[in-house]
Amino acid sequence: MIAALLKRDLAQFFPFTGSGAALPVVFFVAVAMLFPFAVGPDANLMLKTGGGVVWIAALLAAVLPLERLVARDIELGFFDQLKLRGMAEEAMMAVRLIAHWLSFGPPLLLATFPAAALLKIEGATFDILLLGLLAGTPGLAAIGLMIAALTASLRAGAALSGLLLIPLALPILIFGAGALARSDAATLGFVAAISLALVAIAPFAAGAAIRAAREN
Amino acid sequence: MQASPPFLAADNLACRRGERLLFRRLSFRLEAGAACHVTGANGAGKTTLIRALAGLTTPFAGEVRREGSLALLEERTGLDPDLPLGRALAFWFGLDGAAESAAIMARLRLDALAEVPVRYLSTGQRKRAALARLLGQRAQVWLLDEPLSGLDTASQGLVTDLVRKHCAGGGIALIASHQPLDVDSMTSFAIEDFAPAGEDA
Repeated sequence: MIAALLKRDLAQFFPFTGSGAALPVVFFVAVAMLFPFAVGPDANLMLKTGGGVVWIAALLAAVLPLERLVARDIELGFFDQLKLRGMAEEAMMAVRLIAHWLSFGPPLLLATFPAAALLKIEGATFDILLLGLLAGTPGLAAIGLMIAALTASLRAGAALSGLLLIPLALPILIFGAGALARSDAATLGFVAAISLALVAIAPFAAGAAIRAAREN
Repeated sequence: MQASPPFLAADNLACRRGERLLFRRLSFRLEAGAACHVTGANGAGKTTLIRALAGLTTPFAGEVRREGSLALLEERTGLDPDLPLGRALAFWFGLDGAAESAAIMARLRLDALAEVPVRYLSTGQRKRAALARLLGQRAQVWLLDEPLSGLDTASQGLVTDLVRKHCAGGGIALIASHQPLDVDSMTSFAIEDFAPAGEDA
């Protein structure tokens, strides 16, 4: 049952085949492309700020597909039908988290190569950026899933999503981008830890949210 | 699972929608082979009752007891709108281990629609697709919310037929509908009879 659901969710969310197409990744590369034009060709400035921009772009790419992440399947009655077959909401959300990460995480890591080249991020800094994103994107996916589930049944959901995003994303950004500024690989351990905690909480928070959404 | 016969019972059930109490002191018990027709105007609480019986919402008071597997048919089909009907149904058939999926599709006259994306289906076709999903589930207890709405006469007869067969085979069906349904020995009650009488809810 879990495997069948994962297959279905992946087909829904995967870039190029799913309904969402490759939007998050395109968005991510577009930000990396436009940033140098916005701040000017100062190599020093780019070196200092480029990594942070990549992190922000990654975060926004993770929350771009939020609207179709959970709300659509609530409207479809999809989760209700799974529930009737004895599946816990937490399991549904855990599967969705995996599918969400697979749909944007690996493509985004691949896109980091051209993005870093555009922002002139090289050498050790690039390694830390890539490792940081590898450790951090599951956490970003978890943030996205929680926000999507919490706001799914609200009419003003989109506005609230933005507000919820700020406190949830702060810790991972501080350490993720911080590791770049200090060229300190040890900080990546914090990124991984925060990411792990978010991934551990997300299925329960999102599961409780879609259960609560049924009651109104 | 097959050991004890299926039943569906409500004890002193009360449900709210928002702040409003829709019905209270609702009790019944359906044994194997029983069909029950719940009538009531729009907004009287039929859907709320069905969702509480399905265990999807927590009743305001009282208790739902059930033995046997459960299937729910409601307005929301659970079928992916972007997928062709055949593939959308195949997901649920696969999940439920339905062996005779082709026969079910033929039964509900859906074979010709297998390649059509679900969002292009008409209301009636979508209802028939949901019925196909329901049949594939082979559950003992059926909860049907407005199974006849949107269907033409022939399809309505088909639904009645399916309910009859299901109950003859020892299944239980609870049907919420404002349309009459011709099933032998079917009990029925009006949900309005359990509405709070005039008092402020």
